[in-house]
Amino acid sequence: MGVSLGFHIIFALVGMGMPVLMVLAERRWLATGDEIYFELAQRWGKGTAILFAVGAVSGTVLSFELGLLWPGFMRLAGAVIGMPFSLEGFAFFTEAIFLGIYLYGWGRISRRAHVFAGFAVAVSGALSGIFVVIANAWMNTPTGLEVVNGTITHVDPIAAMANPAAFAQTLHMLLAAYAATGLAVAGIHAYLLLRDPSNAFHRRALAIALLVGGPAAVLQPISGDIAARQVARYQPAKLAAMEAVFETERGAPLVLGGWPDLDAHTTRYAIRIPFGLSLLAYHDPRAEVRGLAAIPRDDWPNVPAVHWSFQLMVALGTYMALVALWAGWVAKKRGRREGGRVLAGNRWLMKALVVATPMGFIATEAGWMTTELGRQPWVIYGILRTKDAVTPMPGLVVPFVSFTLLYCFLGVMVAWLLYRHIVRSPTVPEELWRVVRTGEWSRGAGGAGDA
Amino acid sequence: MTLAEILAGVIVTALNAYVLLAGADFGGGVWDLLARGPRARAQRDLVTHAIGPVWEANHVWLILALVLLFTCFPPVFAQLSIRLHIPFSLALIGIVLRGSAFAFRSYGGQRDQVQRWWGGLFAMASLVTPLLLGMAVGAVAAGDVGHAASDGFVTTYVTPWLSPFAISVGVFALVCFAFLAAVYLTLETTDRALQDDFRRRGLIAGVAVMIAGVVALALSREVTPSLQEGLLGAPWSLPLHFLTGAAAVTALVALWRRRWRWARIAAAGEVSLILWGWVLGQYPYLIPPDFTIDGSAAPLLTLGLAFGAVVLGGVVLFPSLYYLFHVFKGRASEV
Repeated sequence: MGVSLGFHIIFALVGMGMPVLMVLAERRWLATGDEIYFELAQRWGKGTAILFAVGAVSGTVLSFELGLLWPGFMRLAGAVIGMPFSLEGFAFFTEAIFLGIYLYGWGRISRRAHVFAGFAVAVSGALSGIFVVIANAWMNTPTGLEVVNGTITHVDPIAAMANPAAFAQTLHMLLAAYAATGLAVAGIHAYLLLRDPSNAFHRRALAIALLVGGPAAVLQPISGDIAARQVARYQPAKLAAMEAVFETERGAPLVLGGWPDLDAHTTRYAIRIPFGLSLLAYHDPRAEVRGLAAIPRDDWPNVPAVHWSFQLMVALGTYMALVALWAGWVAKKRGRREGGRVLAGNRWLMKALVVATPMGFIATEAGWMTTELGRQPWVIYGILRTKDAVTPMPGLVVPFVSFTLLYCFLGVMVAWLLYRHIVRSPTVPEELWRVVRTGEWSRGAGGAGDA
Repeated sequence: MTLAEILAGVIVTALNAYVLLAGADFGGGVWDLLARGPRARAQRDLVTHAIGPVWEANHVWLILALVLLFTCFPPVFAQLSIRLHIPFSLALIGIVLRGSAFAFRSYGGQRDQVQRWWGGLFAMASLVTPLLLGMAVGAVAAGDVGHAASDGFVTTYVTPWLSPFAISVGVFALVCFAFLAAVYLTLETTDRALQDDFRRRGLIAGVAVMIAGVVALALSREVTPSLQEGLLGAPWSLPLHFLTGAAAVTALVALWRRRWRWARIAAAGEVSLILWGWVLGQYPYLIPPDFTIDGSAAPLLTLGLAFGAVVLGGVVLFPSLYYLFHVFKGRASEV
């Protein structure tokens, strides 16, 4: 399940992010008549198609695996938290329908209808992501039910969906999708621009990708702050593990790095920033932070894993936010029209963007590890332990290994296909492009006027 | 009629849509595998062209049925997941490979060898997946998975879906899907020769559906007397079987006389009636013999909300679906 989710999450991110890029490119094409945007929209559409197909089937695997691996969870939680999954089903359905229309509808429906279809894909993609994350948030902060003698009573699915973690987590995930996809696409085109700085195709691609990824990356630390304060309030064990805090204290320091020593109740070799944690988690330097020592050892998550995942996520997220700010500053200096040229000409920025390519995905995986491992040993926090939820079927290592292999295979194939379709670029230097555009070449773009 | 029964009906309806739409997509894969003769390439292209825009949307009916099942009937979902872990996992692998192979083939370049490789994988997965899903249905219908686990790994997790009856249901599902696909494909082209290829295939598959149906029914006598009773003894059973038979004959006659649209309606009706026959046959059980509809339903509030979601979702879904099929299937020309 972990592997399936870890695999699926990447496709889910791209499934939320790519349609936005593709629609933006198409709108630019309609607005400017610039054929490069048309080419971009088509290429990104194809990329979305490949990733969506794999995302759809890996999502199917997940909805089955909820039961195949965690029947105990579903028996207990289905009635409470099935609701967002049902809604997700509908949202996903809408996404699939409109993606079909979008991909195969070039030239068959009016341009407006076509852009609308792309827009519908982007919206329903975001919605299905939101619904699923709401369900996950509920596992962290379950509401809308009471447990009496092991059976659930007073089921209230609405209250379950409005659980305390829902807002913070969905916001964080949505921004993650846009930041990760936007910066990854930007990174790929930055790499190609390093080799061919005057390529008009990559310049435009870079500009759109940054437009989606940049703001999201900059906003992400803020949403992270909201999420962290929510965790501090509702899941003290998770926060303590994230920050590797053992003793409860007022004015707790922020622990950076280090090796959490579980027996000695201390984190060795770490950098400590005085009052940092209290300040971040409660916005009050004197606030009390509960340490792991106050929590029974049986209820501890895997402290080093959670601590490091969390730190990794924060480090990568910080880097992405800084690069996005830098890019925004560079583009802003010269105004909108010259932005693309200036960006592409700044080789250090391009290099920094290339480095950021995989970061959004790694950060999301790390963040997901933080929230999932941080909740252990519970599958529903405070209500159901993971070991009580797992299927009684023996030999689970067999499906684990086979699905892992399957996913590795698919991952390689997808990477190869994307390379073929998106990266292999038309070679259009900006100067030549100007000539082409002022000349007679018009491939049915339809005289929408010049930019 | 209780709310739980209505929602169970919605789930079966979603399954019905899955069978008619995604089932035909699986069937298309079977015909891809069996493409023969001078027009083999054209047959394959027709299949690809027909399912390309719609297969993902068609596939989602299964996900919809699944999420509704675990929202409205959590214990049923848990029980099925435990006892049918193996066939479901295998079917999942099939679903994953089929979908990805199709996408990879569409976008993976035109080199013949690449095409053939992905095409082969797509076709094999299309063949195996319905077989496994049908076997799982057979195990449910036989009442082999509806009680507490017996001892022993094999008797608990393997035997139920490998019984002769379950296998016969799997084969039945497969030929039904192939039949649907062949009939639908006659409407996807205006090429007379191609239409005749699929007419011939449809006729053969239609007869195979009847044979497989009779075999499954005969085998059910031994394993599931209760299902047999439900299928044959209830007041509605005679009219239902009469209708099913009439639809089957109509489909074949219409195919024979090249009335493609009539054949499509009749074939879809035939397969739907078969599905509902099974469902009504085991009413009021979701999984016989221990899980009834009302007995395993979620609390009323959840059901009410789920019903609301279904209505709301339907309002968005049906116009969108109509649009999808209108754009891609509306212009298929009549002969």
